[in-house]
Amino acid sequence: MPLTVKDLMKMEGAYLPGSAACPGCGLSLSFRIASRVLGKNTVYVVPACCFSVVQSPMPLTSIKAPLLNIAFAAAAAAASGIKRAYETLNKDINVVVWAGDGGTADIGLQALSGAAERNENIIYVCYDNEAYMNTGIQRSGATPRGAWTRTTLKGKEEPKKNVPMIVAAHKAPYVATASVGYPFDLIRKFEKALSIKGFRYIHLLSPCPPGWGIDSSTTVEIAKLATDTYFFPLYEVENGKLRITVKPPKRRPLKDYLSVQGRFRHLSDEEIERMEKEAINWWNHLLEMEKMESIL
Amino acid sequence: MGLSEELVLPISRPSKGASGRTGVWRVFKPVIDLQKCVKCWQCWLLCPEETILADDVPKVDYDYCKGCGVCAKVCPTKAITMVEERE
Repeated sequence: MPLTVKDLMKMEGAYLPGSAACPGCGLSLSFRIASRVLGKNTVYVVPACCFSVVQSPMPLTSIKAPLLNIAFAAAAAAASGIKRAYETLNKDINVVVWAGDGGTADIGLQALSGAAERNENIIYVCYDNEAYMNTGIQRSGATPRGAWTRTTLKGKEEPKKNVPMIVAAHKAPYVATASVGYPFDLIRKFEKALSIKGFRYIHLLSPCPPGWGIDSSTTVEIAKLATDTYFFPLYEVENGKLRITVKPPKRRPLKDYLSVQGRFRHLSDEEIERMEKEAINWWNHLLEMEKMESIL
Repeated sequence: MGLSEELVLPISRPSKGASGRTGVWRVFKPVIDLQKCVKCWQCWLLCPEETILADDVPKVDYDYCKGCGVCAKVCPTKAITMVEERE
C-alpha cells in the first residue's frame, strides 16, 4: 500500500520550523517529507552545502536527528565508516548522506564514486539546486547549460553533469531521480531505497527561489514543470533495469519552464530550441534504455 | 577553571525556532478560508517549513511561517489567500 498524506502525518519528521532556510526552499521541503519516510532510526551525514546553513547556528539546530557535519569532499567516506561501525556493533541504523550538488557532482565526487564502487550499505541523497547557492550562486558541475550564475554571467556554456548515470555506471543496486513536483513519486523512491541493501543514490531536483530567480511560492510548480518539459525526467535504475516513473501525458514546451526563471531570462529562441532538442534527445534515450533488459 | 569547563563541544541541540522567530520574515501571510477547505492536506504536505499544523482543520503556525506562499499555490480549491502583513 503506498503511503498517503494521512500516513505521513502520523510519521515523525526530523525538521523543526524556524530554520535558516529561505522561504520556499526546495531542500527543506524534500527533507521534511523524506525524513518521515526514513524514520527515526536514521543518522545523517552532511558535507558543506546549503543544508549546513539551514540547520541554524550553534548551539541550536532545526534538525531533530543525529547529524554529522563534515568537510566538503568527505560525506560518502564518513557515512561509509559510520555504517560499518554500526554493522560491527550489530545495530541496524540507516546512514543517509544529504549533500548538495557541489558536494556531489564536484568536490565530493571521488568519495561518492568510492562508496558506490565498494557498494557501501548507505543511502546517498543529492539535493540538486544546480549551483553553489549559499555562497552566492556560483556555477557547479550540475548547473544546466544556459543558466546564469554569478560565475556564468552569459549563461553556462557546458551541459549539466549527469551524476545519476555516473552512479548507475558503478552498478549501484538502486539509483533514482526525484523531485518535490511529484511528492508521491519521491516518497515511493525513498521507501524503495529503504527496502534495498547496498549503495542507493537518489538525485533530487531542488528549486531555489533566490538562486533561480523564481517566486518563493512556485517551488513545487516549477519542480513539476521541470519533469513535464522533459528537462528533469524522473526515473529509477534498479539492478541495471531502468524505468521511467513519471511519464507526462503531453510534453510541455521547454519555454514554459525557462521563461519563468530569472536565470534563463537572457536566452535567445535559438538557444532555447537547442536546449529543448537536448532534453527531448535525452528523453528518447531514456525510452530506449527502458526497453533494455539491463542498461549496463 | 578546569579544562573541561573551558571546553565547548561543537554539538547543537534541536529546537524550534533555532534561527529565531522566522515569522517576522513574512511579507504576505497565508489566510485559510475553512469554508472552502476540503481537507486534502496538500498545504501540509508541501509546506517547506512545517508550519501548517495538522489539527482537525489546517492551521498556520504564524510564529514561524515565512510566508513563501507555496500553500496558496498548491491549494486545489483556492482556500488560501496571501494577505499583505501590516503593522
